[in-house]
Amino acid sequence: MSITPKEVQRIAELAHLEFSPDELQRFVAQFQRILDYFEQLQQVDTEGVAPTYHGLAEIPEEGAVRPDRTRPSLAPEAVLEGAPKAQKGYFGVPRVID
Amino acid sequence: MINEPPGRPSEICDLSIAQLHREIQNRQLSSVEIVEAYLRRIRSRDPRIQAFISVRAETLLEEARTLDRSLALGNREAGLLTGIPLAVKDNIVARGIRTTCGSRILEHYVPPYESTAVARLRADGGLILGKTNLDEFAMGSTTENSGFFPTRNPWDLNRVPGGSSGGSAAAVAALEAPGALGSDTGGSIRQPAAFCGVVGLKPTYGRVSRYGLVAFASSLDQIGPLARTARDAAMILQVVSGHDPMDSTSARRPAEDFVGGLEGDVRGLRIGLPAEWFSSGLDPRIDAAVRRAAAALEAVGCEVVEVDLPHSECAIAAYYIIALAEASSNLARYDGMRYGHRSSRIGPLEETYRNSRNEGFGDEVKRRIMIGTYVLSAGYYDAYYLKASKVRTLIKEDYLRAFEQADVLMGPTVPSLPFLQGDKIADPLEMYLSDVYTVTANLAGIPGVATNCAYTPEGVPIGLQLLGPHFKEGRLLRVAHVLEQELGLVKPALAV
Repeated sequence: MSITPKEVQRIAELAHLEFSPDELQRFVAQFQRILDYFEQLQQVDTEGVAPTYHGLAEIPEEGAVRPDRTRPSLAPEAVLEGAPKAQKGYFGVPRVID
Repeated sequence: MINEPPGRPSEICDLSIAQLHREIQNRQLSSVEIVEAYLRRIRSRDPRIQAFISVRAETLLEEARTLDRSLALGNREAGLLTGIPLAVKDNIVARGIRTTCGSRILEHYVPPYESTAVARLRADGGLILGKTNLDEFAMGSTTENSGFFPTRNPWDLNRVPGGSSGGSAAAVAALEAPGALGSDTGGSIRQPAAFCGVVGLKPTYGRVSRYGLVAFASSLDQIGPLARTARDAAMILQVVSGHDPMDSTSARRPAEDFVGGLEGDVRGLRIGLPAEWFSSGLDPRIDAAVRRAAAALEAVGCEVVEVDLPHSECAIAAYYIIALAEASSNLARYDGMRYGHRSSRIGPLEETYRNSRNEGFGDEVKRRIMIGTYVLSAGYYDAYYLKASKVRTLIKEDYLRAFEQADVLMGPTVPSLPFLQGDKIADPLEMYLSDVYTVTANLAGIPGVATNCAYTPEGVPIGLQLLGPHFKEGRLLRVAHVLEQELGLVKPALAV
């Protein structure tokens, strides 16, 4: 599959990233080489093969759920300590609506 | 070369974890003495190696003093790691200790919680010496992608230490730490272990809790030990493994007595050499070294057989599609709102996300997020992610079949000697291709150990890799332990 600068631009928007025209050009070439390499997978016969989406050796019969009980958690102040901006016990964020 | 004062401190840094443990038990050495020796060693050597992003000092010494006191008073028994300082890769969080992930976006991040692996080290009396350098978000194979500085290979400063756990591997090899924790998503423990001539173990997926490991690709990531001997790696693994309710993918298995298992018999063990791994792309020096190791195992009663891993060739493509798809979704959380870097350019919400991510992420991370976003995007999902996930099944089945014919697989860890600094960084695809022997273990979830098996005449280490069925880390460590004794390698001089 061949990829266009416009398409890379669209992916950048989805990923919340931005590239200068120079970066974009360099990037399209690298992207294309990597996608070309990925093409070889199309030659593998996967007819009737079920996909694997996890790395587990064994899946416990009861699943990974635990009883839903209240437990202590981090103090709000501790969580907010790492925030770029915090006020009155909340994360401070830029204006979302005018 | 910077000389250290003669006498004890430099000798302390030569001791293995097992030896330090004995010295602590017999009260021949105090934890403070050990910590001081390592801090001195780091001060003298690390300016040239640059293995550490941060080194603890005052609080660490205080912790060591407290431990020494309770040991002296008989208030606590010496656990396997009690009083021993260990290095921790800087993508594994420790409460109150800055965790950067090698990224500008987390440059000032101080985690409010503790990873289970670090909590278990500490509960056993282990001490955190410092946090080690890595490729940003563990994305890379050389540690040159660190957002701060590159780490150098202690055997040859012109070469890379490997990656992404390059800081941990270099610290252990340079005798700046007796052991370390790393993480392995596609070889990030085993490849730097091979490049630095140390032992690195990627556990079975689910063996060690991922709680507090900054996520790269959640279905592939595992925390594991790097150490100078198989015994030391076994000691660390024994302490950090075991079921953890905080990680829903954690295996419901208790930690095993990996140390006790080291002495078991290897006679009759079938060692499988995957035919596909000894092909034209492999450096002949590595090929020869691995075969010599196979012969050494044969000499002590193992049986060497050839096995097939027919889907080896398409492993890199499958791995990168899956890993980058997961990465793009995991790294979506870095938006500059709750923690991490927020751009100072004032703008509306979406623009702030974009600016924060652009300023905080390095090139390789951006590239991987982009590719991951692409392969998951509408219209391409089936061709890439779904296809790769089916190939993952085939790779897993290859291993299951191979393990019917062999108890342990053995092969090279990397096709080449440690890269020269700057050699691979310009070409991302070239870099990806060098992961050919390591990524499949992560796709299949099986354990792997890299261990040193030779040195070139120039003194550059050559590593081999052992792979086993799920939860057979003990078997791999036993073989690595036997190899250490049978090969009896003499270490050349470090470059520092």
